Amino acid sequence: MTPSSRTPNTSDIVIAGLGMTPVGEHWNLALRELALEAITAALNDAAGLRPNVLYVANMLSPILSGQSQLGALLADFAGFRGIEAVTVEAAGASGGAALRQAELAIASGSADLVLVVGVEKMTDRVSSDVEAALSTASDADYEAVHGATRTAQAAMLMQRYLHEYQIPADALSGFGLLAHAHAVANPLAMFRKAISPEAYARAPMLSEPVSIYDAAPNADGAAAILLARRGSIPERLDRPTVGIVGSAVATAPPALHDQDDPLTLASAARAAATAFQRAGLTTADVDFFELHDVFSVFAALALEASGFAGRGEGWRLALDGQGSRESQLPILTFGGSKARGDTGGATGVYQVAEAALQLQGRAGEAQVAGAKIGMTQCVGGSGGTCATHLLAILEAA
Amino acid sequence: MEVARHWRLKKQRYTMTGEICPHCEAKIFPPRDVCPSCGEDARDVYQFSGQGEVYSFTTVYDAPAGFEDGAPYTLALIKLDEGPMVTAQLTDLDSRGIEIGMPVEMVTRKLRSDGERGMLVYGYKFRPLLAAAA
Repeated sequence: MTPSSRTPNTSDIVIAGLGMTPVGEHWNLALRELALEAITAALNDAAGLRPNVLYVANMLSPILSGQSQLGALLADFAGFRGIEAVTVEAAGASGGAALRQAELAIASGSADLVLVVGVEKMTDRVSSDVEAALSTASDADYEAVHGATRTAQAAMLMQRYLHEYQIPADALSGFGLLAHAHAVANPLAMFRKAISPEAYARAPMLSEPVSIYDAAPNADGAAAILLARRGSIPERLDRPTVGIVGSAVATAPPALHDQDDPLTLASAARAAATAFQRAGLTTADVDFFELHDVFSVFAALALEASGFAGRGEGWRLALDGQGSRESQLPILTFGGSKARGDTGGATGVYQVAEAALQLQGRAGEAQVAGAKIGMTQCVGGSGGTCATHLLAILEAA
Repeated sequence: MEVARHWRLKKQRYTMTGEICPHCEAKIFPPRDVCPSCGEDARDVYQFSGQGEVYSFTTVYDAPAGFEDGAPYTLALIKLDEGPMVTAQLTDLDSRGIEIGMPVEMVTRKLRSDGERGMLVYGYKFRPLLAAAA
């Protein structure tokens, strides 16, 4: 890791508290109970502050749980009856998109304390139902109706990536190996076991060339972050003040076939460039990157789109020790979606919570030494939406 | 049942009818009335040939609800000769392997079924271009 050279633009938006549930198969918990667990943890972490506004990040509840209007449901269930509360949905980018809305609410002056909770409940249903629900992020009339699944679309992207750049079949293996190795240090991760290159080579195929080690497992989980206007919170939190110094949401056609070049994650390129510009930072300033790795090919594309690697070169950043916590650009420092577990619309909130823990020096065994600036990025579907965040230490403890 | 939803897409599903932009001449499929290339109004009807080549492909084993009967099946991105790309299943595959770049042509097949009392949805799939037609 290289020390950051540049000072980010200042920010009025700080992280007052955060909480996450373990990721996994929570058959004993309802969606609202899962969300409450994360909310309670975040508010305790914020020394009892309470929100004026609640944004819920969720993708699948109306389909898989038959439950919409999560804003009102969770505001009521968590004891904030009456406050402004709505759901923000952008498929796998919901979490980052909800945080962005929370930041805008604070920036507008209309709220000082905004709670964002990302929650997803996938494992109550059989896999054909979950696959069908996940495929609603694609174009229902022109993709899903042909039997396209999220996994199949990632497989077609990966097939094309391997073909276009003429690289070995295991070129993308580094992402899964890194994620699993890093998740060993994350007590909340679904899979806390490193895997070997041999195991990757033997892995069963989901949709060629995507194997089980190229795809994140569907899981349940909730993460919550209380964002505050700097100065509006009491100075009793004994840790570095971490702020959102730049964020952006951008879109591209949700249908893979409508994208000008499917191997260019255009929404990520735009969101990253805008977030960097807003923060006054460049890729050289980033000490670690929590990127979109629901499928390994997306991790490579995200690195390329965000400017960390040239076209067709992103896969190299997870090989030969690169991407580890000691490397120049650590990625997936808590195990990413691949090993933490894929929590759909909650993922972006997990990523920012993990980045905040890194910058606050509270990452435990997952700590990246000396991290001052972190980047997170979540993506909806095959690249339709991307939310990018840059976080920095604003004040030492 | 969604009868109306499938009925109103019949020209696209059965005959690959799209649009051409009168301003920049981009050929558009599926039709969308606003040109994705130049942003201008684009409603002129354009008939696609139904021929193209495989941009990428994979096999679906874990099918979503409504597609279990056909699994496993081959899904592909097809780059149409006229420019746009579409998502569709490949069908009528014989012993020949599938390759990126392989020429294919549109055929009409059953896309999905919704149980004994539900609709059968028909639409385009693609098969390897027949030698005689090539």
